[in-house]
Amino acid sequence: MRVFRFLARRLLYSLVVLLGVLVVVFALVHLVPGDPVRIALGTRYSPEAYQALRSASGLDRPIVEQFVGYVGSALSGNLGVSFRNGEPVTVTLLDRLPATLSLAAAAIVIGLLISVPAGTWAALHQGRASDAIVRVATQFGVSIPDFWMGILLIELFATTLRWLPTSGYAPLISDPTGWLRHVILPGSTVGLVAAAIMTRYIRSAVLDVASMGYVRTARSKGLPPRVVTIRHILRNALIPVLTITGIQLATILGGVIVVEVVFAWPGLGRLVYTAVAARDYSLIQGAVLLIAALFLLINLIVDVLYSVADPRIRLS
Amino acid sequence: MRKVALSTRDLRVRIGAREILRGISLEVEHGQTLGIVGESGSGKSMTVLAATGLLDAPGAEVTGSSALMGEAASAPVQLVGASGRVLRTVHGGRIGFVFQDPGTSLNPLLTLERQISESLDAHRGLTRRSARARALELLDAVGLPDPAERLNNYPHQLSGGQRQRVMIAIALACDPELLIADEPTTALDVTTQAQIIELVRQLQRDFGAAVVWVSHDLGVIGQVADSVTVLHNGEAVEQAPVLDVFDRPQHPYTRELLEASPRIDGDVAPPHEDAPGLLKVSGLDVRYSVTGPVGSTVVHAVRDLSFEIRRATTLGLVGESGSGKSTVAAALTGLVKPHAGTASLAGTDVFTVRRADERALRRRISLVMQDPFASLDPRARVGAAVAEPLYVHQLAKRKRQRRERVAELLELVGLPADFASRYPHELSGGQRQRVSIARALAVQPELLILDESTASLDVSAQANILDLLSQLQLDHNLTYLFITHNLAVVHRMSHDVMVMRAGAVVEYRPAAELFAAPEQDYTRALLAAVPPARPRASADPR
Amino acid sequence: MTVDTYDRRASWRLALRNPLTLISAVILAVIVLAALTADRIAPYGVNKIDVPNALQPPSGAHLFGTDELGRDIFSRVLVGAHASLEVAAASVTFAFFVGVTLGVVAGYRGGWLDMVLMRVIDVMFAFPVLLLALAIVAVLSPGSTTTILAIGIVYTPIFARVARASTLSVRIEPFVAVSRTLGTGNVLILRRHILPNIASPVIVQTSLSLAFAILSEAALSFLGLGLQPPEPSWGRMLFDAQGFVHLAWWMSVFPGLAIFVTALAFNLLGDGVRDVLDPKQRTLLDARRKR
Repeated sequence: MRVFRFLARRLLYSLVVLLGVLVVVFALVHLVPGDPVRIALGTRYSPEAYQALRSASGLDRPIVEQFVGYVGSALSGNLGVSFRNGEPVTVTLLDRLPATLSLAAAAIVIGLLISVPAGTWAALHQGRASDAIVRVATQFGVSIPDFWMGILLIELFATTLRWLPTSGYAPLISDPTGWLRHVILPGSTVGLVAAAIMTRYIRSAVLDVASMGYVRTARSKGLPPRVVTIRHILRNALIPVLTITGIQLATILGGVIVVEVVFAWPGLGRLVYTAVAARDYSLIQGAVLLIAALFLLINLIVDVLYSVADPRIRLS
Repeated sequence: MRKVALSTRDLRVRIGAREILRGISLEVEHGQTLGIVGESGSGKSMTVLAATGLLDAPGAEVTGSSALMGEAASAPVQLVGASGRVLRTVHGGRIGFVFQDPGTSLNPLLTLERQISESLDAHRGLTRRSARARALELLDAVGLPDPAERLNNYPHQLSGGQRQRVMIAIALACDPELLIADEPTTALDVTTQAQIIELVRQLQRDFGAAVVWVSHDLGVIGQVADSVTVLHNGEAVEQAPVLDVFDRPQHPYTRELLEASPRIDGDVAPPHEDAPGLLKVSGLDVRYSVTGPVGSTVVHAVRDLSFEIRRATTLGLVGESGSGKSTVAAALTGLVKPHAGTASLAGTDVFTVRRADERALRRRISLVMQDPFASLDPRARVGAAVAEPLYVHQLAKRKRQRRERVAELLELVGLPADFASRYPHELSGGQRQRVSIARALAVQPELLILDESTASLDVSAQANILDLLSQLQLDHNLTYLFITHNLAVVHRMSHDVMVMRAGAVVEYRPAAELFAAPEQDYTRALLAAVPPARPRASADPR
Repeated sequence: MTVDTYDRRASWRLALRNPLTLISAVILAVIVLAALTADRIAPYGVNKIDVPNALQPPSGAHLFGTDELGRDIFSRVLVGAHASLEVAAASVTFAFFVGVTLGVVAGYRGGWLDMVLMRVIDVMFAFPVLLLALAIVAVLSPGSTTTILAIGIVYTPIFARVARASTLSVRIEPFVAVSRTLGTGNVLILRRHILPNIASPVIVQTSLSLAFAILSEAALSFLGLGLQPPEPSWGRMLFDAQGFVHLAWWMSVFPGLAIFVTALAFNLLGDGVRDVLDPKQRTLLDARRKR
């Protein structure tokens, strides 16, 4: 019962934020100084095209009506049509979504594989050389521009060593080995930076947990160090780790823009880039809305996992 | 059968250039309790941790010898510098530990059964079924109601006292020869403390373990110990059987400690029969809502409370945690808005004051809080802290006047005037409380509220502050509302006493009457739970 | 206790004892100096096209080599420093003032003001940083002012959150309650008690945000949506270098290094300061110092 109430509150909260997101996304088009339709048409301007695009995007109706209409159609899956090529936005987005999702998944896996052991190791050896090394390494990872790393990785592994392709994509489902070959470099680029960020959080979380009284109690029972580390420290650090993973995953979704451009990965990020360059406002709106909604969804899933993992929420 | 269980010789702990423990030697015998008493910073916790090989401070060097001797004819085990493997056999298997804070000493994600069976698993290799049976036995032995149900509970579902019982069960799981209890009752209510003391004594009788009990409270030590070691600044200044320590203390520090410990015997402050009333509170009711991750609940902190404080007297407000006593202070000082009730300070209404008159009212009631560290802004010098109310109420308009007044106030509380240029972190806990008192007196209040103002201080610092407060009351005819959970302190300071429980009054009478002949059961229980001044050994010879 | 109790001046001295912090402070000083004097010390014009000398490796005449149009990369990196630091400083200043003000007010006042602000911040956090910045750029058209505004707006929430969280924790400290019971007004409490005590986490956040601002500006410029040519920017230089990575490694290495080193220096500095100001870390440092 408690779990239900907890989740209900979180769901309600997410919906409120989603509403806010809708307002912001909707406002984007209307904040453009000048006429968005005209700008979007650019050189293809003609009075007929202008009128057509304008009414197709509903920009000739009063604002409140537009907003309600926008929310209504967004919720039913209709996000309008692209200013550039008239294709339905929803279709375009869904077409590109799998590529970004698979890249994000690869990145988060790489990130976790590195950060969980590294962060835990650094925390348990706090103050010693290994901790310092990890801390400096994460500083490097956090400070490096991901597109630069991408360029260098391509140069090293693809152009010079020729182990991997320089760019491109193969869908996971139909061509798993191809996908793997293509995803390693971009996935590592995003994943290494993510790993640097997550290692720092995990180190901090493990340090906090390790200083808790129950860890001392566990040691006083004469438990083997491995048991203390896993059952007492890591298990309790799991909850903050869950949080950071959720946040990172969501950040990755929006942050892959540059990496997708460098690696010519046909995902949402690259789509946003081209849309912004072309001032394709309806496409920009759609993409931003989708990514933000995914972010909220991920956080909600994290909350569900919390309620399963933490008995303080499950039971009174 | 007298046999030594733990023998520690010349134990030293050094961190960096500082020597924290300087050559401590002690002994505990089977079936006996060694009490280690000292104030904060004396090294008492560090002593037991270092002596049992559990110390984990970064950069700490432990030297000396500490040997665990078994009851059987097995070889003694050296614990200082022992290997991890040796220590892991001893910890939990032959030495059990109970720590101070029941709130964080249990893993919140594991069931109680798991936490108990962990040691059984590590040391005895019991099957799931027999481990569960043993866990049940242990929970029953420590007096936990419904032990079978409790096995599947998580720590957050238990109260503080219950959690401490579970800690004891865990410590005793593998039937250890030695039990180390590091301030096990310090974080508990007085009544719960008494129960836990009884429990440990009984378990010691039943299981025959040697116990080392660490505490800052001489009264508690008197209740539990057979022999006592007094620690001061990392040195053992006195070691003797408990009766000798109480009746014939050799070292000046021990004598100081004994004198500083407040007791419930002796004279109470004389009652002021005809002093006029200063503060009259009627029907005070305070509620507030608490929001957690699942939703919010309403806490009824104070229910229909009525009392009166007479001029130049002290009303002692006593209660355990959750009784609502601090909420009363919050309501009177405007930090919390009461749901209902009236209060009148020499005719002026306290709760329904207009915005324009609020500042003038704040001058008349002053507050000193519990935490000496957090009561002063760490970024402000002492002088600035004391001068603030002078500035706010325009009591000394020029800087120079304020400086002079600050010097006067510091002197009044027994601090040198040049402390005004110091920062709080340069002062001790007792000195900081003096600064807080000086600040509270700067506005020349009619009523001074002291909310657990000595609870975080060492015994000697506490005694000094209480002396100061009594002196100030006599010299300046001050009126106090003294809030505390410590009955001995109330005994020393108050003319009238009000006992609170769960937001309501239990008993409200002149101090002399209440201590001599308490009317309510709860009051009697509180009084009975206070460790008496004389050690238990003096009453029941063994 | 959450507020730090250590003497500020001693803290700075201790911070500089950490070799990493010291090095990063020195590096930053050098970079800032170079950026400020870039116009004067750059050996060549940033847009001096010299095609016969295109794609020259680093040499005495061209410290960082030349690009595909014969432009001196060292000069471009220097002037680019000016541009990037300017954008970073301006955007973080914006985020700082707006964010800290909102955060302190919300944290101190509480009530519906706080609730509204929290929701707004949550909404802004729902958008990944670069995405939101791009959306703003799409609305306002690329350029240096837009870049500053975009990064500034996107970083405001983090300052608001940090300021709010510290304000909340200071507000519930006993010394604030005592001040109130003594009749001290809100303005005085804010000025004397709250602001000085939230300075530490806010300062740390400023350093970290400067690092991220450098990276964000570089990313935007890389995509052609930040600083616009002919203004030189490190990010754009990297974009242009993409086609020549194999032929002319210096074109991609030096601008990238510039971004990396600057961001790293800000991060290390922020970390070093945080270590010294965080009470938990501090006790560890003090203990080790006594050897």
